[in-house]
Amino acid sequence: MEKQVFDFGVNTTRRHFLSKLSLGVGSAALGSLLIPDLFKGGGGEGDVNEFMAGLPHFAPKAKRVIYLFQNGAPSQLDLFDYKPMLNKMHGQDLPESIRGGQRLTGMTANQAKFPLAGSIFNFKQNGKAGAWMSDLLPHMANIVDDLCIIKTLNTEAINHDPALTFFQTGAQVGNRPSFGSWLSYGLGSENQNLPGFCVLLSRGKGNGQGVYSKLWTNGFLDSVHQGVQFSSGENPVLYLNDPDGMDRTRRRKMLDNLAELNQGTYNEFGDPEITAKVQQYEMAFRMQTAVPEITDMSKEPESIVKMYGPECLVPGTYAANCLLARKLSEQGVRFIQLYHQGWDSHGGLPNEIKGQCLDVDQSSAALITDLKQRGLLDETLVIWGGEFGRTNYCQGTLTKDNYGRDHHPRAFTVLMAGGGIKPGIVYGETDEFGYNIVKDPVHVHDFHATILNQLGLDHEKLVYKHQGRRYRLTDVAGKLVKGIIA
Amino acid sequence: MKKQIFFLVTFLGITATLVVSCFQKNGTLQSKSGNETVSYNFDIRPILSDKCYACHGPDAKKREAGLRLDIADGAYAKLKEGKGVAIFPGKPEQSEVYKRITSVDPSYQMPTPESHLGLLNESEIGLVRKWIEQGAKYEKHWAFTAPVLPAVPEVSNTEWPKNEIDHFVLQKMEGAGLSPNEEAGKSHLLKRVALDLTGLPPTLEMQKKFETDGSEKAYGKVVDELLGQKTYGEKMAVYWLDVARYADSYGYQDDEVRTQWPWRDWLINAFNKNMPYDKFLTLQIAGDMLKNANKEQILATAFFRNHKYTEEGGVIPEEYRVEYNIDKTKTFSTGVLGLTVECAQCHDHKYDPISQEDYYRLFAFFNNSKEVGYEGTVFDSKPAKKPTLTISDEDARTLLSFINRPDTSRLMVSVLGERDTLRPTYILNRGVYDAPGKVVTASALPSVMKFDTAKLPQNRLGLAKWTTSKSNPLTARVFVNQVWQEFFGRGIVKSTGDFGMQGELPSNPALLDWLAVDFMNHDWDIKRLVKQIVTSATYRQSAKISDEKRKADPDNIFLSHGPRYRIPAEMIRDMVLSTSGLLNLKTGGPSVKPYQPKGLWEAATSGRGSLKSYQQDKGEALYRRGMYTFIKLTVPPPSMIIFDASNRDHCEIKRSKTNTPLQALVMLNDPTVLEASRVLAERISLKSTNTESKIKESFQRIVCRAPTEKELKLLTDYYNSEISMFAKDKKQASKVLSIGEYPREAKVNEVQAAALMRLINTLYNMEETITKS
Repeated sequence: MEKQVFDFGVNTTRRHFLSKLSLGVGSAALGSLLIPDLFKGGGGEGDVNEFMAGLPHFAPKAKRVIYLFQNGAPSQLDLFDYKPMLNKMHGQDLPESIRGGQRLTGMTANQAKFPLAGSIFNFKQNGKAGAWMSDLLPHMANIVDDLCIIKTLNTEAINHDPALTFFQTGAQVGNRPSFGSWLSYGLGSENQNLPGFCVLLSRGKGNGQGVYSKLWTNGFLDSVHQGVQFSSGENPVLYLNDPDGMDRTRRRKMLDNLAELNQGTYNEFGDPEITAKVQQYEMAFRMQTAVPEITDMSKEPESIVKMYGPECLVPGTYAANCLLARKLSEQGVRFIQLYHQGWDSHGGLPNEIKGQCLDVDQSSAALITDLKQRGLLDETLVIWGGEFGRTNYCQGTLTKDNYGRDHHPRAFTVLMAGGGIKPGIVYGETDEFGYNIVKDPVHVHDFHATILNQLGLDHEKLVYKHQGRRYRLTDVAGKLVKGIIA
Repeated sequence: MKKQIFFLVTFLGITATLVVSCFQKNGTLQSKSGNETVSYNFDIRPILSDKCYACHGPDAKKREAGLRLDIADGAYAKLKEGKGVAIFPGKPEQSEVYKRITSVDPSYQMPTPESHLGLLNESEIGLVRKWIEQGAKYEKHWAFTAPVLPAVPEVSNTEWPKNEIDHFVLQKMEGAGLSPNEEAGKSHLLKRVALDLTGLPPTLEMQKKFETDGSEKAYGKVVDELLGQKTYGEKMAVYWLDVARYADSYGYQDDEVRTQWPWRDWLINAFNKNMPYDKFLTLQIAGDMLKNANKEQILATAFFRNHKYTEEGGVIPEEYRVEYNIDKTKTFSTGVLGLTVECAQCHDHKYDPISQEDYYRLFAFFNNSKEVGYEGTVFDSKPAKKPTLTISDEDARTLLSFINRPDTSRLMVSVLGERDTLRPTYILNRGVYDAPGKVVTASALPSVMKFDTAKLPQNRLGLAKWTTSKSNPLTARVFVNQVWQEFFGRGIVKSTGDFGMQGELPSNPALLDWLAVDFMNHDWDIKRLVKQIVTSATYRQSAKISDEKRKADPDNIFLSHGPRYRIPAEMIRDMVLSTSGLLNLKTGGPSVKPYQPKGLWEAATSGRGSLKSYQQDKGEALYRRGMYTFIKLTVPPPSMIIFDASNRDHCEIKRSKTNTPLQALVMLNDPTVLEASRVLAERISLKSTNTESKIKESFQRIVCRAPTEKELKLLTDYYNSEISMFAKDKKQASKVLSIGEYPREAKVNEVQAAALMRLINTLYNMEETITKS
């Protein structure tokens, strides 16, 4: 008798497939691209069951994350961390006592002087908490009561690559899994037709630093947990589009034939991998419909377009990616990672940052407002920030209205909204030079631990055993930042 | 997970030992008789290492309560805190360890709840109890004891074995109540061995020849033929390229192009020449330091220079020089020794007897290179970093004739080269470059094997000698295990890169040792080892998995059926190109840029450097083997990554084997696959007008066997339905055929060719096609 492993035809296969997937979130590691039960083994030698029991660890406040990464490091001193002292002392040297032996990048290490540079932008206080924001971000200032402004993020890295890698994987070097992959591993996907971890790229006109696919790598986790990059080109997901002359009916016909051929192989060999393969083709088929539907902005009402700004209809822009992020989050995508490049203003900062803010201000604010009006902000954690901050002293020539800023790891600002984070607060304080933290520091590991906590995960328990060692996103550190949890 | 119990017999002369599979969960120990000796190495150490050593192990700084459980002296000694001893040989009830692992009191029990390590299960507790009762004897870690040639075991089925391997395998199989599968059908066997030895499916001619050769020697002849092909060296090189983290760019943000490919040519040539493994390692570790080293020997050392280099403005050079040295140390220890030593970069290793000092003494071997940490930004980038080897036309004609030169310009490769004065090596506190501690001199890991400074120079030459010494317990074992993994999909030690305490135990220790010792005794002859494996009855079994075997041994640990695995990323490309006749079989040379989805490099670039946009190649460069596809580290080739290729960011010894919808999309829509489908369809359509023969030939080429009646019928129906569809809309047929840059066949009947192209594309998507079975 033949071993019947799947039914032929669209509907029965689909039904069978969906019933396989109906395990629900948390009951199994579904993975970004994973069909439960059918996937096993792979590269990790960890006994998945040992670590996956009882996930999530406690009731989650957030179900998903949208991370608006400002790649290149925006200047906190020109956007959020208002320091009139710098304007007062404009052009004077940073006191050695403040720098306190902080190592410098090779770009400014040989500078004879470290002249302080006050921001040329106007600041005002906004919202209930009276949070300072410069006039570069008028839309963000309007929604400040929805934001948690953390002024005291700090990191260990001073160069882009290691700093970015640290934020995204919890380690400066090495091929560790990225944040989204950890969530895919820990919580799986809520959607059967879309990857659980999506990556969207855009670029501003400012000085750029590349992004790297290792930032959304699965590392030593199975590659079903890797981020899937969406692109603005012809194919929103790589290889998604059928070739010219292949319509849906013909594709269906082909896949049905293919399934039957594979069934023959299964009958001969009895290898469960064959069954898995057939089901992956079915998911691919469904993605071919689901992804274009979600990237199609033409059905968005005018009010939404107005809210995000006209650029949201131009694929590949930050605004379009924000709108796409909302649509993906509506569909239950677990981790949506945006990168907007161009914040690395070593020189000509005032001009560059204006352009960058024009790119992101309206649409970042719109995304948060839009999620809120749909009742999704409570369960969606939105994060906005870069890989480090920028120095209070000038890199290069300082004039009255022009300056550059080097990398500053000791204190910088990151914004959070939704997902059970306290809205309308400002957390942490820096000194009057904006150089050192004087109250409530938040290390990258603490930040990661807190985000995981909001998702119902204990950062000390979300582990994966690889080459004999138990790994965590937070390595061997990380404390919850209780002061920002609602 | 399924409970499993199996026997591991006679390891290093130790009496038969009952071992419980690591897969066993929460079960009670179902021992067949209660009298077996519990083995520290196989039963106890895995438990103690996983549950205890993090706080009571080799790491002196993190040791709790002054208690050390990884050595007998520590475990038997009077407790520093509290009364009694941790382990009282013979008396579990008087052993603090036993009391604590069986306690239900959270404030007393071990491991502590805060450790999140989880309590021991019943069977583990049972084993510890028995071990203590039997005297709690400690043993040296199995992998740190030099292998001794075990006797080839007697087996009851004397018909089946074809060589020694089979005796070892069969003994285990019989012990588990399993019996081997029949030999694989000729077509499957040929496809399997051709893929394994050359990375390419067998040609039609080879298939015919093998099918019709009824002699006993037919298989042996095929194996010899395949081992003699240049494609053998390419296939073998792929896994070493992962170990060597080979790439064509520097990585980091600007990710400029570099030239390390002449080393890849050296590598392919080394495998094809069948260079003995000890020499292979010696040249790569210290070729530059040999007496009167020639350029070939120096070129081999590029192995250690394949890691990333930053060209980011403003970095601190020393920070990166140290980083690069850490990478070299890791590549050596993981790729060659199968150990994870990097833990000891910051602190004593928590599981293995490797102290932080041991780590920096190993690191010291690589620390005397002329390298600097930083040579400038992308704007001053050169294709190699100092020290470099320059290759002239003359070199490429003579000594280095294996180098496939693209042009006449000078070639530069980053290689190793020693400084005249020794650069001191410090223990770096917490592994940080600017926190130097004590000065140390070069020495290899003492817990693995003594580094005798009386006999060995304290430099890379000494390291090479230490590594390739026949007394080194790891080198040969790690290599034969790696090769085994290449053929069976799973190593005898499953954790290929971790032979330490936390690594998996060998599923067949005697076989591993026999292979390792036999390999060394036969001058580290790689082709001989490979031939032993592929001519064994074990390898030649059918890959059919019966329900009974799947239930009894789902991971095929006992090898009661042949390997069945999806082929690696590069080979999927090779398979498509070769079966369609498009493959360009040129060996070596610079990497090429075949079709790639538009905009990928452009979306991720900093905007600087020559790789900011993808300049696709033209003509025959589009049809090179997958291993020659250009690897830009920050944006590695997507169709490769989707099929689990290494991203080459660091040394890797094992790829995962996943099954995802993105893979389906590649096979359905990648222009490479579509173009191959089109070209083969055109060629076959020109040759014949008979539908059946067209389908049969396509099938035979791609699936490497004849189709069954049922398959033939299904495919014929499919072909006819596509014909009738295209006949209604001939323009559509033309459109479908206009894929890829390879010239169209003018004389072809477009409707037929388009229909056949659909059919061929379906064949490429069959699970069997990209699987060795």
